[in-house]
Parts: sequence; structure tokens; C-alpha cells
Amino acid sequence: MSTRRERLRVAGSEPVGPYTLLRLERGGLEPGVPGQFFMLEAPGRLLPRPLSLCLAPPGELAFLLDPVGPGTEALCALDAGDRIHVLGPLGNGYRLDVERPLLVGGGIGLAPLPYLAEALRFPPAVLGFRTARHAEAAALLPGAEVVVDPVLVTDCNLEGFDVLACGPEPMLHAIAATCPGAQLAWEARMACGYGACYGCAVEIDGELKRLCVEGPVLDAAA
Amino acid sequence: MRLLNASGCLDALVAPEVARRLDAFVTKTITPLPREGNAPPRIAETAHGLLNAIGLANPGRERFLDDHLPRLRELELPLWVSVGGFCAGDYADTCAALAEAALDELEAIELNLSCPNVDEAADSAAEIVAACRAATPLPLFAKLSAAHPDIASVARAVADAGADGLSLVNTLRGLALDPATLRPLLARTTGGLSGPTLKPIALAAVHACHAATGLPIVGMGGVTCGQDVVELAACGATDVALGTVLFGDPDAPDRIREELASVAVDDVHAVAHDPEKLLELRAKAVA
Repeated sequence: MSTRRERLRVAGSEPVGPYTLLRLERGGLEPGVPGQFFMLEAPGRLLPRPLSLCLAPPGELAFLLDPVGPGTEALCALDAGDRIHVLGPLGNGYRLDVERPLLVGGGIGLAPLPYLAEALRFPPAVLGFRTARHAEAAALLPGAEVVVDPVLVTDCNLEGFDVLACGPEPMLHAIAATCPGAQLAWEARMACGYGACYGCAVEIDGELKRLCVEGPVLDAAA
Repeated sequence: MRLLNASGCLDALVAPEVARRLDAFVTKTITPLPREGNAPPRIAETAHGLLNAIGLANPGRERFLDDHLPRLRELELPLWVSVGGFCAGDYADTCAALAEAALDELEAIELNLSCPNVDEAADSAAEIVAACRAATPLPLFAKLSAAHPDIASVARAVADAGADGLSLVNTLRGLALDPATLRPLLARTTGGLSGPTLKPIALAAVHACHAATGLPIVGMGGVTCGQDVVELAACGATDVALGTVLFGDPDAPDRIREELASVAVDDVHAVAHDPEKLLELRAKAVA
């Protein structure tokens, strides 16, 4: 297993619209497969926070953060030179053996797509955001078609594509209903990220799944 | 002094490398029938702790014996099985089945008498221990809750009923609200509180139960560092289990052992509750 836990140095941190792109020096950690995630120590908090890898610049790991609570706020406040413990890569990422990939992201669900786009040699992408300010983050995925609400994912023509998506649950459910076989990255609160706590169970297709070890990327039921 | 995991805080089948850092692995609680557990969200972080309402998610006794136990055996770890149920017969049946299936392979059975996330068994802790005592020769550790106003009296009762040791403490029921909506963060409304916030409660329970029974005690509750282990030993713990700390730091067993390298924790336990001898030990350690 290539999963490791190391104390990494913050290389830099930049605002991207309302989000923050946190860049860490990679140390001995592997970037892993797109869609996999890392547990980042949130300074001053008891538990680390699960974040999928956004970009893997040479020697670095970069994460896109939405400051939604005390943990992500503490991570957004990190400065270059600070150090935090990071565990990863964890979970199952996207399968890359797809013929006609189309990336679909909603809001902070953009996070894993830039790294995924690199791995798939920049396939077409559709990104939806709440506001024009949130849509500034689309700069991380050059060439993507960007829409600002109200646009429903079901209005997009997804037929014939291998959809790889990440975004809010209603968006993922809508894609699952129209695109059997789509690869969907789900989100849940996690305490550990490695199957220990059973806290991240989410109901998918009528079953409770431990998202950290069975996901976070799951195939939409056929 | 050995380091174990607190039941429900580690899955050795998914993270065997973490389990191998411990002196023994304690399974998640096994109930007679499979349980999917509570609806999500199941966890919420608090200021200095963690609330969980997992709800004893487990494969059930039959699948545990047929599928999980053989795979745990392959890991060759000293093994404790945590047993739960909703009446004394549930517990006793599982103890009997474990004794039949794996008598020589289990170090002990821990009786989970104190999960705050499911309805309590109708029988008293002592009745459950007595029923299990009759069902198995395996060492029985009773896991108690500090929610009881007089935990020492419960400890005495389970000792009289045949418990070989105590596991102290389980989580305590708590509630956390979303600051914006004022709605509970957990789907089940309440959950079990763990983490550093629990340590003073664990110390008090271990202290009281050691004085009341003298039984071996696995101390747990908010342990994050070597000093916490020393303090539990000074209150009477023979061994210590790690819980919430494993979530954020799977390397915690190795780190805590390093922190304890220069401390004779067993000596501390041997003079638990004796302030003068504890002070002498401390002076020796500093010198």
C-alpha cells in the first residue's frame, strides 16, 4: 500500500474565487489516482479533513478548499512554511479506462477534476456554479464549459459520454438516473478516512456504504 | 501495560498495518443478527471531542464466525471479540458460540454493556455477565459506562457475577447542533461522546472501580499521548485502549510507545492510588 502519513510543509495558498487552493510540498506521499483523497490535519481541531487531490504540480499536492466550517477555515488560514500531517492517498479513484470521457462538476465538486482532466488528456468538461464569483474557480480547468445557476445537469446532453462527475448529491442522483455506468465521486463527513470509524456511511442504491473504503468514486447502478 | 484499540475504532481487516501496531486487536461489537447501523450523518466533531452514532453496525454473529473470524485469524493478532445484544441470552449465546469456534484463539471477550446509541438491554449488567460466565470459560471483560451515577457499584456487581476484568469507559451520550440551523448534526439526534473531553471521566471511573474491585482494567477515554497512559495506570488501569486518537493518527500506538520509552508504566500501575510511592517513581524517572 502506498498510503503514508507525513508532516508536509505548506508551499503556498491562493484564493480562487471564494475557494482556496492549498499547495503542500509532497514529501514522500504519492499523488495517487484522480478521485482519491487525503486526510489533512486541521490545526486546532480534533479530526483531520478529507480532501480529494485537485492538482499534482511537480513536488507538490494541491487541494481546493471551501471554507464551510472551523476545520476548512483553519486549513484556508495556513501560511507558506506551516506544517500539517497528511495521510494518503486513500479510497478508490476514477477508472481511467473510458472511451468518451465527459467531466461534470458542480460547485466545490470541481476539486478532483483538474487532476482527472490531466490524466485523461483534457476531455470536454461542464462545470456548474451558484454564482459568477464561485465560477471564477473554473480557471483551474481551462476549456471547460461553465454555467451559472439555474441550470440543471439533466438539461445537458450526456448521452454517449462516459460521465465522470463530482458535485452536490442531487446532481449526482440526477446523473445516476440518466447515465447508468457514470462514475460519481460522493462526499461525507469522515473521522478517519481509512475504514476505522464507520462514520462516513452514506446511503447509495438503498445500501449504507462506507464511503472511504468503497468510494469515494462509485459507479452509478446500471 | 499493553496498548489495545477501543472497540469500534479500528477495522483490522481493512487496516491490518494499524492493528499490528497494537498488542491486541478488539473487534467491533458483534450482535446476534446483522445490523446496518444508524442512518447518516453518524459523526460530528465537537470542541474537544467526537460524537458518533454508528449504532453497532456489524455483520452479525453467524457471518462474523464464518467469514470475519477466519480472516482475522490469518492476521495472527492477539484477538478480543466485543459482544453486544439486547438481552442476557443474546450475549450468552454469542459467548458460547465464540467458545466453541475459537476457544484457543481468543484472548478475551469484551461485553459491551454500555452502547449509548442503541436501546439498552433489559437485563442488568450483572445478569448479563452471569449468563455469559455460565456460557464460556474465556476471560470476560465488562465494558461499563460512566453515565451510571455509581459506576463502582456496577463494577462490584459484575465482579461478583464472574467478570475477569473491566473496560472503562464507553462513550457518553451527547448532542451537537448545527450553529446556523440549530438542528442536531446527527441523524439519530444524540451520539456517544469520545476524545480528549472524556479523559477526566475515564480517570474517575478507573480510579473508583480499581478501588472497588481490584480487577484488571483496560482504561480508555481520550488517550492521546504517553502521559495519558501513565495517568490511567496511576488510577489503576492495567492496560490501555486507544480510540478516537486512531482516527486522526493511525501511527499513535508507535508514537505513544516512544513517549513511554523511559516510563515504567507497570510500576506505576503497581503503586496506583499510593501518592507517596507514585511520587517516588516520578522522582526516579526525573533523576
